[in-house]
Amino acid sequence: MIHSLFLVNSSGDIFLEKHWKSVVSRSVCDYFFEAQERASEPENVPPVIPTPHHYLISVLRHRIYFVAVIQSEVPPLFVIEFLHRVVDTFQDYFGVCTEAAIKDNVVVVYELLEEMLDNGFPLATESNILKELIKPPTILRTVVNTITGSTNVGEQLPTGQLSVVPWRRTGVKYTNNEAYFDVVEEIDAIIDKSGSTITAEIQGVIDACVKLTGMPDLTLSFMNPRLLDDVSFHPCVRFKRWEAERILSFIPPDGNFRLLSYHVSSQNLHPLRSTSLVAIPVYVKHNITFREGSSQGRFELTLGPKQTMGKGVEAVLVNSQLPRGVLNTNLNPSQGTYTFDPVTKLLTWDVGKINPQKLPSLKGSMSLQAGASKPDENPTINIQFKIQQSALSGLKVNRLDMYGEKYKPFKGIKYMTKAGKFQVRT
Amino acid sequence: MSANSAFNEEKGGSSNVGEPEYGHDPASGGIFSSDYKRHDDLKEMLDSNKDSLKLEAMKRIVAMIARGKNASDLFPAVVKNVACKNIEVKKLVYVYLVRYAEEQQDLALLSISTFQRGLKDPNQLIRASALRVLSSIRVTIIVPIMMLAIKEAASDMSPYVRKTAAHAIPKLYSLDPDQKDCLIEVIEKLLADKTTLVAGSVVMAFEEVCPERIDLIHKNYRKLCNLLIDVEEWGQVVIINMLTRYARTQFLNPNMNESLLEEGGGEKAFYGSDGDDDEEEDKDEKDKKKAEAPSVVKRKPYVMDPDHRLLLRNTKPLLQSRNAAVVMAVAQLYFHLAPKAEVGVIAKALVRLMRSHSEVQYVVLQNVATMSIKRRGMFEPYLKSFYIRSTDPTQIKVLKLEVLTNLANETNISTILREFQTYIKSMDKDFVAATIQAIGRCATNIGEVRDTCLNGLVQLLSNRDELVVAESVVVIKKLLQMQPEQHSDIIKHMAKLTDNIQVPMARASILWLIGEYCEHVPKIAPDVLRKMAKTFTNEEDIVKLQIINLAAKLYLTNSKQTKLLTQYVLNLAKYDQNYDIRDRARFIRQLIVPTDKSGALSKYAKKLFLALKPAPVLESPFKDRDHFQLGSLSHLLNAKAGGYQELPDWPEAAPDPSVRNVEVKESVPEWTKCSSREKRKEKKVEKPFYSDSEGESGPTESADSASDTASDSESGSEESGSGSESEESDQQSESGSEEDEEEEERKKKKEKIKAKKPVPESDSEQSSEEEGKKTESKNKPRRGGSDTESGEDKDSETESSESEEEESEEESEEETKKKKKATVSKPPSKPPKIDNKKEKKEMSLLDLDDFDPAPSLSQVTPLNNFLSSSLVTDLEGLSLTDNVLSPTTITPSGNLKTYELLHRITGEGLSVEYCFSRQPFSPDPHMVAVQIQFTNSAASEAKNLHIEDAKLQSGMRMKEFPEIETLPAGETVSVVMGIDFCDSTQAANFQLCTHTRKFFVSIQPPVGELMMPIFMTENEFKKEQGQLMGMNEITEKVTLGEKCHGEHAVIQRVTTAANLSRVPCGSDKECRFAGKTVTSGSLVLVSVVTKDNGAAQVTVNCEKMVIGTMLVKDILQTLTQ
Repeated sequence: MIHSLFLVNSSGDIFLEKHWKSVVSRSVCDYFFEAQERASEPENVPPVIPTPHHYLISVLRHRIYFVAVIQSEVPPLFVIEFLHRVVDTFQDYFGVCTEAAIKDNVVVVYELLEEMLDNGFPLATESNILKELIKPPTILRTVVNTITGSTNVGEQLPTGQLSVVPWRRTGVKYTNNEAYFDVVEEIDAIIDKSGSTITAEIQGVIDACVKLTGMPDLTLSFMNPRLLDDVSFHPCVRFKRWEAERILSFIPPDGNFRLLSYHVSSQNLHPLRSTSLVAIPVYVKHNITFREGSSQGRFELTLGPKQTMGKGVEAVLVNSQLPRGVLNTNLNPSQGTYTFDPVTKLLTWDVGKINPQKLPSLKGSMSLQAGASKPDENPTINIQFKIQQSALSGLKVNRLDMYGEKYKPFKGIKYMTKAGKFQVRT
Repeated sequence: MSANSAFNEEKGGSSNVGEPEYGHDPASGGIFSSDYKRHDDLKEMLDSNKDSLKLEAMKRIVAMIARGKNASDLFPAVVKNVACKNIEVKKLVYVYLVRYAEEQQDLALLSISTFQRGLKDPNQLIRASALRVLSSIRVTIIVPIMMLAIKEAASDMSPYVRKTAAHAIPKLYSLDPDQKDCLIEVIEKLLADKTTLVAGSVVMAFEEVCPERIDLIHKNYRKLCNLLIDVEEWGQVVIINMLTRYARTQFLNPNMNESLLEEGGGEKAFYGSDGDDDEEEDKDEKDKKKAEAPSVVKRKPYVMDPDHRLLLRNTKPLLQSRNAAVVMAVAQLYFHLAPKAEVGVIAKALVRLMRSHSEVQYVVLQNVATMSIKRRGMFEPYLKSFYIRSTDPTQIKVLKLEVLTNLANETNISTILREFQTYIKSMDKDFVAATIQAIGRCATNIGEVRDTCLNGLVQLLSNRDELVVAESVVVIKKLLQMQPEQHSDIIKHMAKLTDNIQVPMARASILWLIGEYCEHVPKIAPDVLRKMAKTFTNEEDIVKLQIINLAAKLYLTNSKQTKLLTQYVLNLAKYDQNYDIRDRARFIRQLIVPTDKSGALSKYAKKLFLALKPAPVLESPFKDRDHFQLGSLSHLLNAKAGGYQELPDWPEAAPDPSVRNVEVKESVPEWTKCSSREKRKEKKVEKPFYSDSEGESGPTESADSASDTASDSESGSEESGSGSESEESDQQSESGSEEDEEEEERKKKKEKIKAKKPVPESDSEQSSEEEGKKTESKNKPRRGGSDTESGEDKDSETESSESEEEESEEESEEETKKKKKATVSKPPSKPPKIDNKKEKKEMSLLDLDDFDPAPSLSQVTPLNNFLSSSLVTDLEGLSLTDNVLSPTTITPSGNLKTYELLHRITGEGLSVEYCFSRQPFSPDPHMVAVQIQFTNSAASEAKNLHIEDAKLQSGMRMKEFPEIETLPAGETVSVVMGIDFCDSTQAANFQLCTHTRKFFVSIQPPVGELMMPIFMTENEFKKEQGQLMGMNEITEKVTLGEKCHGEHAVIQRVTTAANLSRVPCGSDKECRFAGKTVTSGSLVLVSVVTKDNGAAQVTVNCEKMVIGTMLVKDILQTLTQ
């Protein structure tokens, strides 16, 4: 399936190659570079590029292109999904997935890739199995290794591959047994000029950090499971049980993992109004105008909280791609800092926390190219924010129980709402 | 020696400190000598006997390989370390070996013996890893060794080693395709493997080596379907894709009778599945059936093979996988294989994937675009998920636009156009151009908005951006071609644009338009030509060609004004640099300017140039892309990729489904196959043969089905066909070749049977009656022999019915229905039968009737009890008449409890009552049928009674009744609707609407209505009960109410409280009932043990504890009253 993998950095250098079958010359990447040149933006490189003898399937993560070489028919998503899994694994191992990190750990990277694919077909992609085979590098271990000459490769054999619960290794031991769950909801919305919502939906995930001794069997139940409209699970979740009782029952992997991701249908939120939409926690008042024949444009932006259930809106960040005609801006933020990049025309305003008494605003003028006609498009405004201790949909975990082990674990649940792709059209 | 090593160490140490940069510096490879020297260092390190040095050297070598540097000259030094004790060194050596073995074949052979030793290691992981490396070494000489190793590993004890063997197969195949035949043997063997670990890998090997050998899948089909959910995610993708192809060759197109299906809905498929589930039937029987029952075929135009259903059912949960590739694989499977009505489920999952990385989005959108052409309705509810954000990459934007365009219809077009208006203002000009194209396509597809779109586009003509204008012109041109006469003002407007627009394509389009419709703008056209003639020399080629065109057309229509101009243009063109233009000019001159030399063609010049051109069809580029399997690389590229396996067309007639039976057996306990009348007859005819000739050995089926336990318990969820598995053949699957012989034998036998078989196919009743006789006579002698119940016969029934349960729910539902029919309609037809039977038999027949008003179990002798199940099924078979395909309205039988849905007063004269009719809801077997009775006690008639706005808990579904157009005052009407309560007692809320009012109502089912009866024998019941112990069992003591003494009363009360069926029981102190939940099909077993003093004990066994608890309460209540 996957023949070879090339890692290409943003300046177009191949800094790592790995072949699972016969060696494919790296000149095959020339087709990729060609496509890269043709694309105006880095993310516009087509993920699948046919060449005379091969197909190149690539993903772009952390400004690195992961280019897989394919020789025959294979579902493209299969390869794409696998490449993303590789990136996730690197991130898991090295903390970051940058060119420097990969170069520093090239041997571990190679060992990982060797285990993840056999003859181009995925073999072990479960991070738990991999960690049993190849220990992630830590500073301490690096020091110890250089002194003692011991290795990163696990001494014991990878029994995880044989287990019925391949995502969990046996013999896990902790002195403090803890299980933390973060319910994180992201709100995706498009707000139109007049402030009315065009689309809004909530996508949530439950990320878990479970550090429990032995083989615990957990069940997690919700106060209002009916809110969840569409869910996808970590393979550890027992599907039947969910179908029947709407209870999450699972033997958790060790460490961090994503237990489930879900979609909240807007219908379930307001059972009485069929066309109701998600409650939008912030509003934006804007007035961005260009006048014909003038080299000045007006820019006014005010943010305010709305329907936040009494929780503060934090970490607000506004950015907007201004029209090409804008040369510079002269704006005055009531709080926070703003920057404008005259080359990319990207306006960024780091607002911070919204104080409901004194609403943050950004006002001022934009200078336009003299003589040029007024831009006919208005910029869209992208907003990021966070609301702590609240899940917008109202999803609540009812209880978490543990079976199979004797100790009492420490349990914690955190809620958070974030802006996903939150866009205001002006 | 020691000095030597010390030296090495020192040297290694120094290189370690001083030179690590060396290995990392790409520029240092420039001078050959230094390169050589460096490798010398590495060699020395590798030769040392300190592991740390070796490791360091190997790490540096691997780093070189990673950067694509050549390290092949180190091969001998590295290969020596293949047997190193240090695991990491060893692993890195493997990495090196696999990379360079191909180039250094001879030296690579040195390492082989190490791996061969590894293959014999007692540790499975070492065996596996040895095989893995050995097979990765691409050296042709070792092909025989590899082949041997693979063969051996394929029968290894450890599934992990077998998995590795499966992985090795494609490696060997690519190395030496001549091994194909041998490898296919190994694949065949591994396909039979029952572990999830192996399944994905072996199917992968199958796909690479012999995808055309679809016949290898037959026997493993059901197993693969059942294992699927537990296979690792990558394997799932491969298996699903393969099964899609398989299903296309083996099953019939579920949508082939679309019109018929629309009328009958799921009903047909539902009943149909029943007709087909006895694949164990012989082929000749099948043929016979076909021949015999043309009427049946007519009534059920399509029946879904239960195996087809199995695949659809088992893949559906995978839509919830976190792996996008798995979701996509299931989605394409549903798109290609599912009946139209069921494809919808994939939309939600695909829309979810759109939240993922942009590459995933890209692929998903491509597929959605293709799907949305065929099945627009599927994605319509998710229209807004395809709205475009300014931050999307352009390629995503364009694809979303494509989907939006495909989804546009009369109802949503205004919303979509409003969105498009926003997009036109985008800064991304490529995207704007695509939007304009999209508007054009909407306008062509939806006539109502054509004018609006056209006006909008005309406004765009004054846009400042030339690209936008140009694109608009092109689109307008296409639109105008559809109805030019109404739009001469637009043409005029465009004519003016020639002064400003510079984009060649746009200019050319305008000129063509003016030429084509010059009679609509007779004044302007010559003027445009005049201007164009002036600038002719400076125009682009396509514009020049259009100028010539325009000139020619004007000359033909208006030669007075334009004759000179035309000649001028043609003269200019004659000396143009481009030979195409020169040719064109020459050609046109000959045609239009009449000279004495001009040929016959010039007479037809007008016809040639002014012919009516058909309007262009603006089509989606994704049209017809679905002839490629969705989700595949070929689909994405719209070109066949290497190794792509064509998705076959549906077969005209279904191939023999019996090939999928793991073991074919001639007969099955007859009551598992009450499915079709024809088959039943066959059975009956066969029976005498067996019971007569083989007398003592008892009915064959008992022996057969006894073996099922083994296979059943192993895979947990055996499918319908395995009901016929036989003991012998089960063993055979373990031990190869005997099977064939036996089968052969069996076939012979079969033929014999067939030959002997008399053909007294009078009518079904008689034959089944005969069977009854047979069964009885067959059983009787044995009963005499041993009066305990544990005869093999009993066993057989238990087992077989158990496997039966696993069958599609539709089936058992069907069965219950039949049973009811039997009980309801049977009595009148019974007497003639009883006449020539013994009295005893009559009793047993009656006793079995659950709904019989006076069943008295005390009269039932053990014998009768024992016979009961088979007899009941006989009755079921008998009653399978046309009216089983019941009409949608069913009159409620007397003892059904009715509930009020809407009171006469609140309903303003309309009162609505509902009851649970306890009939299977034919359009969807997972729904509970609710019969609703409307009574109009108001003075005026009520109109348009229908349901609106259902607020269902997630997972619940509802099938509304068809709208009642009018309900005259004083009239009453009943309808049936279906609700899938998801096995919960949550209420279904909805609005009941009349033409004037809406009423909020809700239906909450009592727990007893969430189930449907199933048939069981006593032993089966006991066995199932045994499996549902512990938390699944709820026992309560109760004192029976005054009027509740006596078995009959208990039975009646329990069956009133819950939709269960009696399970025959030897003791009169105990009553047993069985059923299963409608949605999930979980078993519900109830037993009531009465004591002398009026006390009783109620036990409910149900996997669903909530249901169990509630049911106990309900039963207690009804018993104490």
